[in-house]
Amino acid sequence: MEPLQRLLASIGAVALRVLAAAGRMGLFTVAAISHCVRPPIYFRLVLRQLVDIGYYSLPVVGLTALFTGMVLALQTYTGFSSFAAESAVPSVVLLSVTRELGPVIAGLMVAGRIGAAIAAELGTMRVTDQIDALTTLSTNPFKYLVVPRLVAGTIAMPLLVLIADIIGVFGGFLVGSYRLRFNPAAYVQRTVDYMQTNDVVAGVVKAAVFGFVIALMGCYFGYNSRGGAQGVGAATTYAVVSASILILLLDYALTALLFVGR
Amino acid sequence: MTRPSKISVRGLRKSFGRKVVLDGLDFDIDVGESVVVIGGSGSGKSVLAKCILGLMQPDAGTIAIDGEEVTRLSSGERERVMRKFGMLFQSAALFDSLPVWENVAFGLIQGHGAGRAEAKETAIEKLASVGLGPDVGELRPSELSGGMQKRVALARAICHEPEIIIFDEPTTGLDPIMSDVINDLIVACVQKLGASAMSITHDMASARKIANRIAMIYRGRIIWSGTTAEIDSSGNEFVEQFIHGRAEGPIKMEVRAT
Repeated sequence: MEPLQRLLASIGAVALRVLAAAGRMGLFTVAAISHCVRPPIYFRLVLRQLVDIGYYSLPVVGLTALFTGMVLALQTYTGFSSFAAESAVPSVVLLSVTRELGPVIAGLMVAGRIGAAIAAELGTMRVTDQIDALTTLSTNPFKYLVVPRLVAGTIAMPLLVLIADIIGVFGGFLVGSYRLRFNPAAYVQRTVDYMQTNDVVAGVVKAAVFGFVIALMGCYFGYNSRGGAQGVGAATTYAVVSASILILLLDYALTALLFVGR
Repeated sequence: MTRPSKISVRGLRKSFGRKVVLDGLDFDIDVGESVVVIGGSGSGKSVLAKCILGLMQPDAGTIAIDGEEVTRLSSGERERVMRKFGMLFQSAALFDSLPVWENVAFGLIQGHGAGRAEAKETAIEKLASVGLGPDVGELRPSELSGGMQKRVALARAICHEPEIIIFDEPTTGLDPIMSDVINDLIVACVQKLGASAMSITHDMASARKIANRIAMIYRGRIIWSGTTAEIDSSGNEFVEQFIHGRAEGPIKMEVRAT
């Protein structure tokens, strides 16, 4: 084969692989969603996943939100003080945290924590025949494994983000009032003045989408993992990487839709 | 044939890429019969079992369970047919997130909608029938030895009293004594349930003990089938080579993946 031909062939092969993977992922998503709305739903398992995904993610999400709010106040202050616009610090912190940083930072942290855990657990179940064993015991693996994680992810992330919003704004307040010498009462007043339901709701909508995507990527790569320990490791990596990338892509798309479109 | 077929496989084909694994395979199991499928590694035994269980979709051919064609069932219909089956996996495939008793009772609780308390009683009973005490029920599968895991897996496979049980290499990885214990348990369980059984193995001692009938699979087809007594005088050079474990003969082991 000519070098040029070989180059084109390899580009084509990659394109085909990407399209095939996208198709498989699409089919998996459709199947998963269709099982979400058809009984039976295992509520016990949804509850257990809610505790795993929501409750146990609180410390890590809370801590990152706190420091994000703190550093945001500090950076905004150093930047804005050169225009004598320090008074904008509370509103900048509030808007950044509720609209963007709350959902995105929480999303990325949960993708690392939960996306990886889901992919590793389902992947191990796949390579040790446990998923096949479910089928032989008249239990649909989609209903038993995938649906509870998707539902719990979609419910838990908005709640986590609400808490992250509060902690993030509080972090900004801490730095603002103790380090930057804002009047605490005035800081709180400005924050309340600039608070808009739409911003918080938009952040929560983003969080729900991110939660779904994180659980979906974990389930998809775990469910389809092949080839022992190495396969499970690869599945975990793919799940976290693709969930993180999708979060950033979807964040842009949702921002364009929710804020600019209005 | 006097008895009706429990499982009837016709013209089953399955390929992975260019590699043909099942090549127009015909196979029957009668009601209450225990058939052992023997054959070398990579001869298609496990794929046959997975196709029968619906874990894999064959490329062509039919599989009838009690006369009902099952290869094109919807997932709901498939679950109904699966209730007739029990499966013992080669790796035991116990759910490591659940205690042993819940593993055994899983089919009853999830598949048959039994209450947890009632299912636990049945599970303890089944554990006793494979020689494990009720205290084992509270342990995690990872705390058990290989032989105990196989026994728990056997208890799980028979707990919902299936009509057909499939054993995938039940004795692989066990010492000869534990293998014999498992063989005895399999024979006892199958007889007690009156179930039909299909076992996959390359352990001839196990095959002789479990089987009413032995079928040999080679290159994706059943090349010989006969009663256990007949296997030593099969006159089939493939079977001869296999049961005596000779490297020389008509069977060429594929050392290299093709």
